Amino acid sequence: MIQATALTKRYGPRLAVDQADFTVAPGKVTGFLGPNGAGKSTTMRMILGLDRPSSGSVTINGVPYHRLAAPLREVGALLDAKAVHGGRTAYNHLLVLAKANGLPRGRVDAVIDLVGLHSVAKKRSGGFSLGMGQRLGIAAALLGDPGILMFDEPVNGLDPEGILWIRNLMKALAAEGRTVFVSSHLMSEMALTADHLVVIGLGKILADEPMADFIAKNSVSYVRVRSPQMADLGPKLASRGWRIEPQPDASVHVFDAQPAQIGDVAGTAGLWLHELTLVQSSLEEAFMRLTAGSVEYHAGQTGDAGLAGGQRVPDGTAMPGWGTPVPQEIQNSQVKERTQ
Amino acid sequence: MAARDSVLTPTTMQAAGTGHAHFGRLLLAEWTKIRSVRSTYWSLIALIIAFLFFSWLFPYLTVSNWKQATPTQQANLIEDPIGSIMSSGLFVGQLAVAILGVMVTASEYSTGMIRSTLLASPHRVRMLAAKSIVFALLILVIGEVIAFAGFFIGRQTFKSLLTVNLSSGDVRQVFGVGLYLGMLGLFSLVLGSLIRHVAGAITGIVALLLVISNLIQLIPGRVGKYLYTYEPTNAGFAIIGKRLPDNFLISSWEGYGVFAAWTALLWALAAYLLVRRDA
Repeated sequence: MIQATALTKRYGPRLAVDQADFTVAPGKVTGFLGPNGAGKSTTMRMILGLDRPSSGSVTINGVPYHRLAAPLREVGALLDAKAVHGGRTAYNHLLVLAKANGLPRGRVDAVIDLVGLHSVAKKRSGGFSLGMGQRLGIAAALLGDPGILMFDEPVNGLDPEGILWIRNLMKALAAEGRTVFVSSHLMSEMALTADHLVVIGLGKILADEPMADFIAKNSVSYVRVRSPQMADLGPKLASRGWRIEPQPDASVHVFDAQPAQIGDVAGTAGLWLHELTLVQSSLEEAFMRLTAGSVEYHAGQTGDAGLAGGQRVPDGTAMPGWGTPVPQEIQNSQVKERTQ
Repeated sequence: MAARDSVLTPTTMQAAGTGHAHFGRLLLAEWTKIRSVRSTYWSLIALIIAFLFFSWLFPYLTVSNWKQATPTQQANLIEDPIGSIMSSGLFVGQLAVAILGVMVTASEYSTGMIRSTLLASPHRVRMLAAKSIVFALLILVIGEVIAFAGFFIGRQTFKSLLTVNLSSGDVRQVFGVGLYLGMLGLFSLVLGSLIRHVAGAITGIVALLLVISNLIQLIPGRVGKYLYTYEPTNAGFAIIGKRLPDNFLISSWEGYGVFAAWTALLWALAAYLLVRRDA
């Protein structure tokens, strides 16, 4: 169990993490999602006692990290930046950590086999590829057989097979009742692994809820309808209480309805349909909408292009600067142009 | 949790134990760190070769050129043969110890290893203490071994010219080599921890040893003498001297005490900053 209370980190005038409150519970994979520079790594480093919070606190099973008597037995962590001496072999790197906590040598061999580094265990880690380095970091995290595991961007540098492996590993660890806290900037990755989601943007916690709730709240779906007899069909659909939005390309977006229901209406009236497509916005889009106001590094004005896909998107350019997070209640509706 | 059948611990796998990060274990971990990187071996080989070579070379050159030497030079040598055996080797060999000492701490920052270290031993002062003890003891032991080896090499080389005896007063000069190197290793380690940057810290310690410690005596008057005497490495180096320079104001042991005091002061500062600063 990880518990953050009003956790804050300030670098000069910049707030890297701002009054963050969240809890990471055992038995599930908790995703920690946010754009680059949102404060994910800083938060994780504060949890691990590497960075001192400017104010607030974070505890692991009730105590701060630096007070853990047997740190590697309680918490295992893969950090995003390299945390190994490249001149030391993979085996010796793990042996050093094992010795520091009195873990038996057998654990070193066990985790090396588990992550599949057996053939390079006696090689110096400086020559490792990104993916091999990542596996060594994961081996170090698993060394003490800990109840809490933290992974900062674990899929970075892994090949597809490695990505699948780490995904299954995290799920298996959570299924054993362990606490698994994993950060990512990819919603698609989280959607496949996380049971619970903590979203951070510009240091503020924007959401802390079960994945299912997040999906229900944030995913928007509609049915795209084309018909040569739209003039007749439109009013019939509207009369069922469904919201209808005519599009420039002569199609119509129907909200709150299922394709079958729309088909039934058209069939009953004897009207032709040329297209009946259920369009669901991806979670990636939901995430981008949620953090639209809190992305630190914008790439020009291409934000809208990334949200393309038949989806009505809030006009990113209408946001009055990136310093303003999007209030939750307007996520499902359009973001109205706000004037300052 | 250890006995459970899981992805981490199948029943055949060894249990992980209590995993307490107590001091003895940190000592073992730091020892494992030191012996598992190549820079340790290169630096120690450089130290041993340089020290032993010079403890032969200087007596050899002295013996060969004895007739050309001035009476003053001859008198100085006869008064303090041990100092002349030890000092030139130590002057060169100390660089290897200083560089290795800096690397032991600063390379943890440049490689990112410090994060793994602190995850395994979050009590930071305890970690620094373990590192300091392991490294200082290693250098102390090696220093004493090469000191006596160098002494015997030098004595054999001087044989045709003079007999070098190890009287009770001179033992300090031989033991002093290990004492000085051990303290210098610790001093450099602390400097590496303060500066946290390999190149910067090496530049600092080498500049102190080779440049500042000598240039400082150019400052005129009493101030110059004080600065020269209390500069940490000059003060420490006095432990191997018999007749100290005129501008050196204190005794050999006092000098070593000054070096130890400097090291202790910087160690306390390093410990304080280690706890304060983000890793």
